[in-house]
Amino acid sequence: MSSSVNIGSAQKMRIVVVGNGMVGHHFVDQLIQENAADNDTQLEVVVLSAEPRLAYDRVHLSEYFSGKTADELALTTPEYYQEHNIQFELSAKVVNINKLAKSVTTESGDVFEYDKLVLSTGSYPFVPPIPGNDQPHCLVYRTIEDLEDISASAAVSKVGVVVGGGLLGLEAANALKEAGLQTHVVEFAPQLMAVQVDGGGGRLLRSKIEALGVQVHTQKATQSIEAGDTCRYKMCFADGEVLETDMILFSAGIRPSDALAREFDLEIGERGGIVIDDQCLTSDKDIYAIGECALWNNFIYGLVAPGYTMARAAASHIVGGDLTFQGADMSTKLKLMGVEVGSIGDAHARTEGALCYTYENQPEEVYKKIVVDAEGKKLLGSVLIGDTSDYDTLLQYALNDIELPEKPESLILPAGAGDAPGLGADALPDTATICSCHNVSKGDIIEAVDQGACDVGSVKGCTKAATGCGGCAALLKSVVDSELEKRGVEVKKDICEHFAYSRQELFHLVKVGSIKSFDELVEKHGQGLGCEICKPAVGSIMASVWNDFILKPDHVSLQDTNDTYLGNMQKDGTYSIIPRIPGGEITPEKLIVIGEVGRDYKLYTKITGGQRIDLFGAKVEQLPEIWEKLINAGFETGHAYAKSLRTVKSCVGSTWCRYGVQDSVGQAIDLENRYKGLRAPHKIKFAVSGCTRECAEAQSKDIGVIATENGWNLYVCGNGGMKPRHADLFATDLDDETLVKYIDRVLMFYVRTADRLQRTSVWMENLEGGLEYLKQVVIEDSLGLGEELEAQMQNVVDTYQCEWKTAIENEQSRKRFRRFVNSDKSDLNIVFVEERDQIRPATEEEKKKLQAQSIEDADQLATEVV
Amino acid sequence: MTTQNDWISVCSDDDLVLNSGVCALVNDKEVAIFKMKTGSEDKVFAVSNWDPFGKANVLYRGLVGSVDGAEVIIAPLYKQRYNLTTGQCLDDESVKLTVYPVRVEQDKVLLQSAG
Ligand SMILES: Cc1cc2nc3c(=O)[nH]c(=O)nc-3n(C[C@H](O)[C@H](O)[C@H](O)COP(=O)(O)OP(=O)(O)OC[C@H]3O[C@@H](n4cnc5c(N)ncnc54)[C@H](O)[C@@H]3O)c2cc1C
Repeated sequence: MSSSVNIGSAQKMRIVVVGNGMVGHHFVDQLIQENAADNDTQLEVVVLSAEPRLAYDRVHLSEYFSGKTADELALTTPEYYQEHNIQFELSAKVVNINKLAKSVTTESGDVFEYDKLVLSTGSYPFVPPIPGNDQPHCLVYRTIEDLEDISASAAVSKVGVVVGGGLLGLEAANALKEAGLQTHVVEFAPQLMAVQVDGGGGRLLRSKIEALGVQVHTQKATQSIEAGDTCRYKMCFADGEVLETDMILFSAGIRPSDALAREFDLEIGERGGIVIDDQCLTSDKDIYAIGECALWNNFIYGLVAPGYTMARAAASHIVGGDLTFQGADMSTKLKLMGVEVGSIGDAHARTEGALCYTYENQPEEVYKKIVVDAEGKKLLGSVLIGDTSDYDTLLQYALNDIELPEKPESLILPAGAGDAPGLGADALPDTATICSCHNVSKGDIIEAVDQGACDVGSVKGCTKAATGCGGCAALLKSVVDSELEKRGVEVKKDICEHFAYSRQELFHLVKVGSIKSFDELVEKHGQGLGCEICKPAVGSIMASVWNDFILKPDHVSLQDTNDTYLGNMQKDGTYSIIPRIPGGEITPEKLIVIGEVGRDYKLYTKITGGQRIDLFGAKVEQLPEIWEKLINAGFETGHAYAKSLRTVKSCVGSTWCRYGVQDSVGQAIDLENRYKGLRAPHKIKFAVSGCTRECAEAQSKDIGVIATENGWNLYVCGNGGMKPRHADLFATDLDDETLVKYIDRVLMFYVRTADRLQRTSVWMENLEGGLEYLKQVVIEDSLGLGEELEAQMQNVVDTYQCEWKTAIENEQSRKRFRRFVNSDKSDLNIVFVEERDQIRPATEEEKKKLQAQSIEDADQLATEVV
Repeated sequence: MTTQNDWISVCSDDDLVLNSGVCALVNDKEVAIFKMKTGSEDKVFAVSNWDPFGKANVLYRGLVGSVDGAEVIIAPLYKQRYNLTTGQCLDDESVKLTVYPVRVEQDKVLLQSAG
């Protein structure tokens, strides 16, 4: 390889960043913001990454197993770095630091000069020195490449062992279990998660994890890995026992990647780690260290949030700011294999004089402990297993030194036993950290509200709060609501002046009270005659609950014009017509019929984004006749005018495509036929892709389905359009039946609980508990609603009717399409001109001109006749 | 020819749709006619069908409702609201619809048109 020397330009400060992990990237992002904020700063940044790709989300690495791709895990893109003039080299491991010349050298011999050097080299998995640990199928869990190796190994293994029962080990065990392996966890200590959890919690955690089918072996010291009898290997333990396994995953802790510092004389801690001060400076005044390679106050922080704080401190110091690193809270809340685990502060009550309160509920498998100071005034720590609902409140007590209630145990006792005082947003000081991922304090949120942010969505937008792990979403909402209320902004959920209820509440009233008409609902629960807000909302609710013909006299007055006339009104009062073309599949015969209708009625035709055909320019009085023709040819209404299922887009799938793994068109048609006609708070779009190439763009849809070798991956709550949102991966490798079951439940739950005109994407953003909560409701049936939701959907499916068919067969509803009650004339204001061989509405100018001309023509004609 | 004070029969009560609108052609003018149930009695309203904002003859296809107890029609294109009794647009003071006196007599809908 050729080597080169990269010399910095004279004026600019040149910063070289070694390692582009999560923290290294966060640091670069800080500099990008500095550069953007201040043109004089002029920082030149070079990033040297040992990995073959730029930074990705290691925290969510395990999602790689549930279908996330490397691209989806990426925290940045080459384009983003280029756009901001960040020079970067991939697969460029730094092997040398020359502190005198102020330069570093990569493995391939390239030399980079620096003014400031930042080491963000992270850590590497510790593999215990056991003979035999370097054989094939003995792996670690840290990078995307590691995960690729694990997948490959799991595919040819039946039994898997994870060495290490800490947080990461259990996450790895879950991955093996999901991959279908018979899974064991081998731990040296007497309990699982010994760092975060006490003995009592550890016992419960163990029994819960064993109940899930993972075998746990504690107090086991592995002495060698030998050839196995029934499996590939045999692990031999110090106590003489053995365990047969096909693969071994080491997750026995991490070690700081401090080799560079060791070799080139930067101060190192006794047990490793590059020593840093509050500015994140190492023993060399031009070299910083941040993230998991750094040792602050003799402590290594193995979490991402403290690393981010270090990144901000180092960046601040470089540009002359005064942010410092002051240590960090190591509290964690997580869900391991569905088991909720929380750990706060001094979980082991090691503080002198500390006192504990413990609550254990064996039948329900819940364990909670709080550790308080000797005076019983402050919360020092906590362990929560099986139920972490108190975590947020407890954490705020601990972080902000809030004085405990007289009976601290009330904080963890079940409601009813004591009056558990949930810590209201108001009790928090302004300095309280609400979002630790993005370091957003309550004060920051108040500032955002003061600057005009008036709902959770906009506060998220301007502070980034709750956009990291999302764990603080509920707390954020209560802070925002409380601040808005203080400012006299009523956080009102009333849908309009006619009903003092939210849409969700109205839905409940209609259903529980068996209310079947708007009049009855107003009489019982509202006032006045309704409006453009409540009437369509109630119409939609009635349709979801009772699924009556929408043009029945009782309902007709509720519908907005599009629903009443079963078409989309265009600017000149004409309508567009979209017949349903399920899955976008259509026969040539049907295409010809559409062509004929378009030609005969002189309609403007256009292909829609949802794989169907839109016919524009139909006059209201023409609609029944046109639909009659379409229905006779086998078409149905496409509901393009309604807040309901629109289309299920599909790619051509395995039937034709050489990459397809499932019949996406068939699936799309089935789904479209099932859910057509479902009235919802807003329109709903689906797509089905036949393989991971995702040609149908399913991840931008409300419901996205992507074929896998083993079935279907389900994505929910995506959106294209005005506010794009990437859909969330909801469940993987589903069979047809489960797929439909989950979609039934998700959609009905949405129909029941969303606000009016709330797309699924916004609904999800506002759903307390977010994706996890939705999974609980749908997959785990935590509300016990599952069957009811399915039954309700089945009712909608069973009572489906093509509204246009019903309308043209019924004299009374056909009458609605008369243009005038007392004349057969047409609307003279509807005038078309031609453009690109088709019609379009004439502009006002054109209409005037045409009118003038026709008068002239008439005069001319009159003269000629005379 | 009709004069200003003539009541013209435009259609039968049957042609009206409760809590919704229809359109009649009266002396070449488009008139939107609405019938609404308010309390125990039915009220009938007639206004010009021309939407001054949307510049289209569509008002009869709007939703009817009430604002602070007064009956309104909501334009289907851009959702402006008009008081049906006075014709006043509630979203723009300077805009007013023509209001036509209207009544129902022996199943006939009678309208007084301004020529
Ligand atoms: C499976 C898993 C789950 C996790 N879950 C959580 C969690 O839930 N919550 C949490 O807070 N934390 C979690 N963590 C820890 C979190 O990922 C780390 O704290 C974080 O990634 C640390 O960032 P970093 O930049 O310091 O190190 P890293 O992300 O490890 O990045 C260091 C980078 O530097 C590169 N590098 C090393 N040496 C050199 C060199 N000489 N030259 C060039 N480049 C070099 C490395 O290749 C690497 O790319 C998890 C970690 C794993 C593996």
